[in-house]
Amino acid sequence: MTRTEPMKSRTRQLTLNLIAAALLAGAGAASAAVTAIRNAQVMTVAGAGTIERGTVLIRNGRIEAVGADVAIPEGAAIIDGSGKVLTPGIFVARSELGLKEIDAVDETNDVASRQSRYTAALDVTDALNPRSALLPVNRIEGVTRTLTAPETGKGGGLFAGQGAIISLAGALAEPGAFVVRPRAAMFAVLGEQAKGIAGTSRTSSIAAFREALEEAKSNGLRLGSGLSNDAQLSALDIEALRPVLTGETPLVITAHRASDILAALKLADDYRLRLIISGATEAHLVAKELAAARVPVLIDPTRNLPAQFEGLHARPDSALILRKAGVVFAFVDSDDKGTHNARNLRQVAGIAVSCGYPKDQALAAITLQPAEILGLSTVLGSIEAGKIADLVLWDGDPLEVTTAATAVWIDGVPMPMISRQTLLRDRYLQRIKAADVK
Amino acid sequence: MIRTSIATALTVASVTLLAACGSGQKSSAAPVADPFPSTYTVPTSGPVLIRGATVLTGLDTRLDDTDVLLADGRIKAVGKALAAGDATVIEAKGRTLTPGIIDVHSHLGVYPSPGVWATSDGNEATAPTTPDVWAEHSIWPQDPGFQTARAGGITSMEILPGSANLIGGRGVVVKNVPATTYQAMLFPGAKRSVKMACGENPKRVYGRDGGRAPSTGMGNVAGYRAAFIKATAYRAKWDAWNKEPNGTPPDRDLALDTLADVLRGNITVQVHCYRADQMVTMLDVAKEFGFRIAAFHHAVEAYKIANELAEAQTCGALWADWWGFKLEAWDAIRENIAFVDHAKAKAGPGCAIVHSDDPNGIQRLNQEAAKAMAAGRRAGLTIPEEHAIAWLTRNPAKAIGVLDQVGTIEVGKQADVVLWSGNPFSVYTRADLVWIDGALRLDRAHPPATPDSDFLLGADVDDVAATAGDAP
Repeated sequence: MTRTEPMKSRTRQLTLNLIAAALLAGAGAASAAVTAIRNAQVMTVAGAGTIERGTVLIRNGRIEAVGADVAIPEGAAIIDGSGKVLTPGIFVARSELGLKEIDAVDETNDVASRQSRYTAALDVTDALNPRSALLPVNRIEGVTRTLTAPETGKGGGLFAGQGAIISLAGALAEPGAFVVRPRAAMFAVLGEQAKGIAGTSRTSSIAAFREALEEAKSNGLRLGSGLSNDAQLSALDIEALRPVLTGETPLVITAHRASDILAALKLADDYRLRLIISGATEAHLVAKELAAARVPVLIDPTRNLPAQFEGLHARPDSALILRKAGVVFAFVDSDDKGTHNARNLRQVAGIAVSCGYPKDQALAAITLQPAEILGLSTVLGSIEAGKIADLVLWDGDPLEVTTAATAVWIDGVPMPMISRQTLLRDRYLQRIKAADVK
Repeated sequence: MIRTSIATALTVASVTLLAACGSGQKSSAAPVADPFPSTYTVPTSGPVLIRGATVLTGLDTRLDDTDVLLADGRIKAVGKALAAGDATVIEAKGRTLTPGIIDVHSHLGVYPSPGVWATSDGNEATAPTTPDVWAEHSIWPQDPGFQTARAGGITSMEILPGSANLIGGRGVVVKNVPATTYQAMLFPGAKRSVKMACGENPKRVYGRDGGRAPSTGMGNVAGYRAAFIKATAYRAKWDAWNKEPNGTPPDRDLALDTLADVLRGNITVQVHCYRADQMVTMLDVAKEFGFRIAAFHHAVEAYKIANELAEAQTCGALWADWWGFKLEAWDAIRENIAFVDHAKAKAGPGCAIVHSDDPNGIQRLNQEAAKAMAAGRRAGLTIPEEHAIAWLTRNPAKAIGVLDQVGTIEVGKQADVVLWSGNPFSVYTRADLVWIDGALRLDRAHPPATPDSDFLLGADVDDVAATAGDAP
């Protein structure tokens, strides 16, 4: 394939720089005091590997220094990490955090825009709720960033709209620091979930997909009346697709069957799109093609059952196969509880390890790799001097199910370790213990 | 205890035979004891000595460096330095042996993979009260999920109808063995159950989406009560006729057959219920009609009434951390299982169960228990692993009425055991070997060349051929 490497496009680099600047500005607003976390086992997810007894300095929201022999400046607030493990914050590469409270309470749920006349133009940033109760529940367990995506599938368009990268600090974030990057990616769907949106076949959805891209390419010139909903793209939808065509905005296509992934690769090649495949149950069958096209994937390595026909070849070691083939990927939790329990992504990584995936790499797949795929690895995803101080201190192996986070920093700010759930626990713990006394 | 159960099973079998032979008008009209009897058989296998394992018995005890002998489908001996005799010896030093894991809430087979209309048969959502339907008649034995569950150490499970209905039908207990018919999976002698549901589902499916009763919480409760009022009268009529079978037998009603058997205690009651207040209402309904609720399933708010549940001796069959998909699942805490477990009442201690309700979760119930145990410990409760294992073995066995046969490692019980690669309360641990009735049903080191499921057989035929072509 001959498409240009999108990361090298000048527009893209400029955007990245601006975002990095904005991120660091947000972080800079934090306290100027220095925090030192010392004596922790530091899993840097960077060249330094794991430092058995390391120190990390946080200043102005950034990691100032990391190493085994870092001098702690006078007056620094000292956190003793003895017997604990420090990792980068967990970056959930796809969730619906900030977009919904309760799935079945429609009033609180903005993930899907059924019967809307808009598709690609939908921008989750317009609906994000920094006071969502889900944010504290997940951040006290180590989740610090996520790409919040609109739901793809029936009832919406082939294009579901644009997602945003957010900080789990939510309402605690400095002004402007909650939404890290609005319109960070366009979301779309192919395969079984696309059937019934624009005609009832894979052929009709691909045709509608092409028509939409052609319309955007030709400045909104209508190509015909068409039969599909997506052929009647609004002016706003067409506008929203333009940065996708320039490669500035990545296009995340949900596809599972190997042939659907290849169809997406063909679209990306024809239109020079910056493609990311999401779901990708059968990605291991087309690992060579994905690697050659340098298209990253978001996969759930725990899925070993054919939840749908399009995942008939699901297997528990798909991540291992992708890795060997040189495909870039991040782990996501495909469970429909994966937003409320974004906190369980580290369990997903642990399960991958139990199926043979290398342990150090599994942590990277939920920290650095998501940042890399989304073009943020210069500022997020690992513990390196100069990066944003998103850090988690664990009371043990971070991928182990019995381990818990004991402290979490986002943009260098320590997060209060309370959520609605811990408050309920404390209220009823008293009742449980009162019965002991009787 | 075990002999008694076998005797019961034999009695059931002979009653069935009599009925099948058509011994007269009376029996042809009367309910057949078991119209769908188990045909489960145990493949012949020699004795096995599992040597030097850490044994979590399910009885709150941990036996280090202990041998367990399996023979004739039973646990024959538990102790130190047992003589191997002609047994196959499994060196288990550093590994943990537990009773087989039992999931009390599965929809494998009735909502199988792949999820398509053709086999999505878990809810008879055409009327709010359908005690006449039996989940087993929806089971597709080719569901690939049975095999992946076995790899997670699941040896038995209760397969339930869904939760659309107030009374959704009968559930059934199966042994997790590959089979062509569901009858060949049926746990011999196990009681069937009835699945009931409170809360949002029935009022959504019928009231909001169907334009009929129930549309409210009060409509739900009226629905259960109306059904049990009829069942009480039906039971009285039949009990009288069974006592003195003179004249024409009463008319049979499949739905009321199920509910009458609930009232007689022949069927366990499994209730899908999330909210604390609704669970207590259900306990009152049970009291009004004289039946016992074995377990509340999902029960996200069980921790709020942990002591009341212990007093009623009703178990909480729970997830470690699912929450937020409905308002009734909003008040979840990570400590739910540990709190239910910790409760004490005059009637006895709390009964906590880890359940899945999910083809993925069922593959790692041990990890879900580990999360719950760790959360409970962090809240200050003392929960040894030898106690927490009961959430996956003894307590589920109790709730579905098979504790006299499985659920613990005790001499005489059925040899349903799992040998784990390490501590089962770890994400890195896998089930190495799984025996069901003494027969080896999973050997992780030697996976079968082809999938158990006929459905998956050949799915990868071209890829296998391609790989073969690559070989030197």
